[in-house]
Amino acid sequence: MKTSSVIARERGTDLLTVRDLHVEGFSDERWHPIVRGVDFSLKRGEVLGLIGESGAGKSTIGLAAMGYAKPGCRITRGSVLFDGVDLLSMSEARRRRLRGSRIAYVAQSAAAWFNPAHRLLDQTVETAVAHGIASRGEANRDAVELYKRLQLPQPETIGFRYPHQVSGGQLQRAMTAMAMACRPDLIVFDEPTTALDVTTQVEVLASIRRVVEDFNTAAIYVTHDLAVVAQMADRIMVLRHGQTVEEAGTRQMLTAPAQEYTRTLWAVRKLAKPEIEARDHILTIDNVTAAYAGGVKVLSDVSIRVPRGRTVALVGESGSGKSTLARVVTGLLPAMSGSISFDAQPLPLSLKQRSKDLLRRIQMIYQSPDSALNPRQTVEEVIARPLEFYLGLKGEQRDRRIGELMHMIEMDESFLDRLPGELSGGQKQRICIARALAANPELIICDEVTSALDQIVQEEILKLLIRLQRELGVSYIFITHDIATVRAIADEVVVMHQGKVVEQGPKTEILTSPHAAYTELLLSSVPAMDPDWLTGLLAKRKRQGTLDAAG
Amino acid sequence: MTSAEPVIQTTRAPRVRRTRRSRIRIALKKAPLSAWFGMGVILCYAVVALFAPLIAPYRETQVFSEAFAPWSHEFAFGTDQLGRDMLTRLIYGARNTIGIAFITTILSFAAGVTLGLLAAMYRGWLDQLLSRAVDVLMSIPSLIFALMLLSIFGSSITSLILVIALLDSTRVFRLARAVGLNVVVMEYVEVAQLRGEGPAWILRKEILPNILLPLIAEFGLRFCFVFLTIAALSFLGVGIQPPSADWGSMVRENATLITYGDVTPLLPAGAIALLTVAVNFVVDWFLHSTSGLRDEN
Repeated sequence: MKTSSVIARERGTDLLTVRDLHVEGFSDERWHPIVRGVDFSLKRGEVLGLIGESGAGKSTIGLAAMGYAKPGCRITRGSVLFDGVDLLSMSEARRRRLRGSRIAYVAQSAAAWFNPAHRLLDQTVETAVAHGIASRGEANRDAVELYKRLQLPQPETIGFRYPHQVSGGQLQRAMTAMAMACRPDLIVFDEPTTALDVTTQVEVLASIRRVVEDFNTAAIYVTHDLAVVAQMADRIMVLRHGQTVEEAGTRQMLTAPAQEYTRTLWAVRKLAKPEIEARDHILTIDNVTAAYAGGVKVLSDVSIRVPRGRTVALVGESGSGKSTLARVVTGLLPAMSGSISFDAQPLPLSLKQRSKDLLRRIQMIYQSPDSALNPRQTVEEVIARPLEFYLGLKGEQRDRRIGELMHMIEMDESFLDRLPGELSGGQKQRICIARALAANPELIICDEVTSALDQIVQEEILKLLIRLQRELGVSYIFITHDIATVRAIADEVVVMHQGKVVEQGPKTEILTSPHAAYTELLLSSVPAMDPDWLTGLLAKRKRQGTLDAAG
Repeated sequence: MTSAEPVIQTTRAPRVRRTRRSRIRIALKKAPLSAWFGMGVILCYAVVALFAPLIAPYRETQVFSEAFAPWSHEFAFGTDQLGRDMLTRLIYGARNTIGIAFITTILSFAAGVTLGLLAAMYRGWLDQLLSRAVDVLMSIPSLIFALMLLSIFGSSITSLILVIALLDSTRVFRLARAVGLNVVVMEYVEVAQLRGEGPAWILRKEILPNILLPLIAEFGLRFCFVFLTIAALSFLGVGIQPPSADWGSMVRENATLITYGDVTPLLPAGAIALLTVAVNFVVDWFLHSTSGLRDEN
C-alpha cells in the first residue's frame, strides 16, 4: 500500500483548494459570519501556517478544510476541493471515509481527546483498522515505528500505557502518531503545542516536523504563536475577522510583511522594559518549605526578595512551584517552615491570622479572568466591593472612585452594568486589575495574567501594568512561563525548577548570561522569530548531546 | 495612554445589553407547546387556590341533606359521603393541598440549601457529619418514616409540614452540596476569601447566584413530590385532617363510588395528576433551556 501512495504524493501537485469559504456561527439568536470568503490552496507536502488572534476563524478554517463544521456552525458558501473532489457536496458517509484515512486532525489538548479507558496503542491504530487500511498486526507494528520516529521513549512498550501514564508532550506526540497511522495526505494541526511547556514544545515541534517531512504529508498548522509557525510552515496566511490579511512564503512574511496589521503582530514580542535598580525590599521570603495535604513537598527551602515598586518575574515550567509560592504568600497555603516578612514586619503565615488591612495590601490577579470573576456580578459590583469592604466608601465617594479606577484601566463607565460574559478576554482581565487596584495594594501577585490572552491584547495588558506601576509605585510578583513577557515587564528574575529556586538576579544578567544549566535550557527553548531557529537549535543540542532520544 | 490603536479596539463600547424583560420575552417565544400548556395549568390552579371563596358555589364545610348525590345542576359533581358539594371541596382542596406543599417545599429548600452549601464550603468534619446524617435519613423509606413520625407527633398541619420538609430537605442537601462543590473551587470564591469576606457573604453573594438555576428546576420537581406525599398521607388518613378539604382524602372517602361506575373520586386524583404533569413540563423546558445544550442539526 505504501509504495504506490508515496509515488502519488509527488510534491508540487495541488492537493487542497479552498475557494470563497464562508462559515457562520449561531449565537445570540442569530447567525454571525465567522469566516467570510477565504481562498487558499495547498500542494502535496506543503505546510501552511494559519495565524491570527482568537476569533479570527483560524480553527474554523482548519476544520472546514476537512469538510467539517462544529455544532452551532455551518458552512454557507464556497468549495473545498480535496484531490479534485468537493468535500462539501459529497455525502456524509463518503466524507467520513476520507477523514482518518486521507485527512487527519491533531487537536490542542490531546489529554481531552484520548479515551482514558483505552491503551494508547489501541487508540493509535483504531482508525487504520476501522478503515481497513491495515490488519491489526500490521497496524500495531507500524504504530511502534511511528512512536520511534516521533522519539517517544520505549516505543515498543509505550503503546501499552494508558493516557494518564504519559506526560502531556508524549500524549501530543501519540496523537500525531494516531493521525499518521493511515499515512494521510493532509493533517490539520490545531495549536498542538499551545498547552505545553517550552522545553517540551521543542521536542514535539521537532518530532512533528520530522514525520511531516519524512512522509511528505501536507499540513495546515493553526496557531497564534508566530515564532512556532515560523519553524513549521512553508507559507503563512494571516487572518483577521474571518478574512485573509495576507499570504506569503514564511521567509518573505517574516522579513517584509506587506500589511500594517501583520507588522503590529510581528512587533508585539519586542516590548522590553529597561530594568531599574531597587532601593529596598517590600517582601522577603526566607527558607520557605510548603506541602499540600497529601504530604508531597512542593516548595523546599525557597528564599526570594521582592524589591519595592519593582517587578520580580517567577519563571519556570508547570509543576515548578510558582503558583504554590503565590498561595504561600497570600496565606492560602500556610508554609510549613520558614518566614515571610512584608514591609519589614513579619507576615503571619496563615490567612486567618492576618488583619483586614494586611489583606488589603497584598492583592492577587489570576490567569483566567473567566473563573476569577463571578459570572453573576456586574462590573460595578466587582469593583465596588473592595472599596466598601476595605475603605468603607459609600455613595458618591464610592462612585467617583469607581470612575477613577475605570479610567485607570482605560475603560469607560458604560461598562459598569455589564456582566463578565459580555466582555472580551482583555476587558475581563482589565476588570480584575481594577478590582486589585481598588484596595490600594502595595504588592500585587500576577499569576500568568497574560497567558490566556491574544498577543496583541497581552501587550496592552503588560503596558497597562507597567504604567500603573510607574504611577502608583506598586510592586509585582509576576508568575509566567513566557520569556517574552519577562523581557517586557521584569526588573528581576527568579528561575524555579521542581520547587527550588535555581537562580535569582537582575533581568539582563539572567537573560543574557545565565549561570545555571537549567536556565540556559529554558532560555534556549524559547522559539525565535527565525525560520532556521529550530534547525539550528537541534543541531547545536545534538552536538552537545543534551537532547537524548528519550526526550 | 500613549498606546494607540489596539487599546481603542479592546475598550470599544460593548454591544447593547439586553434588559431582563427582553431576555425573558425571547425565552418565552422559544418555549415549546408543552411548556405553555404547563404554565397555563399552573396559572389556573394558582387562581383557583387564591380566590377559592369567590369561585366556589358553597362554603367549604357546608353539608346538604343528600349524600353521594349524582351530578346535577345544583351540585355540578355531586356530593360526597357527608353530603358536601364536590366542586366546592375540589376548589378548597386546591388551596389547602397546594398551599401546604408550597410552604413545605420552601422550608425544605431553606434548610437543605443552607446546610448543603455549608458542607460544600467547609468540607471536613461538618461535611462528614451532615452527609452521614442525610444518608441515614435517606436509607429509611420516606413514606414509612413520615407515617411513623406523624403517629408520634400527631397529624397537625404544623407537624405535617415540618416532617415532610425534614425528609425532603435531604434530597435538596445532596443537590446543593454537589453543585456547590463545583462553585467553591472557582477562583472568584478564592478572591473573596483572600479579601477576608465572611462565610455568610461568600455563600449568599458568590455561590448562591451561580447555582440558582439548577435549584429552581429542582424546586419544581420537589414541589411535585411533596404534593404527592401529602396526597398519599391524606389518603392514608394521617395527612390533612377533616373537615379541611384536600384531594388525597377526597379520593379515599369517595373510593367506594368507583364500584358503582361513578368517576367522581377520579376527579381529585385527576387534579393531582394534571398539576404534577404541568409542573414537570415547565421544569423540563426550564432545565433544557438553562443547560446550555445546543440542538445539533
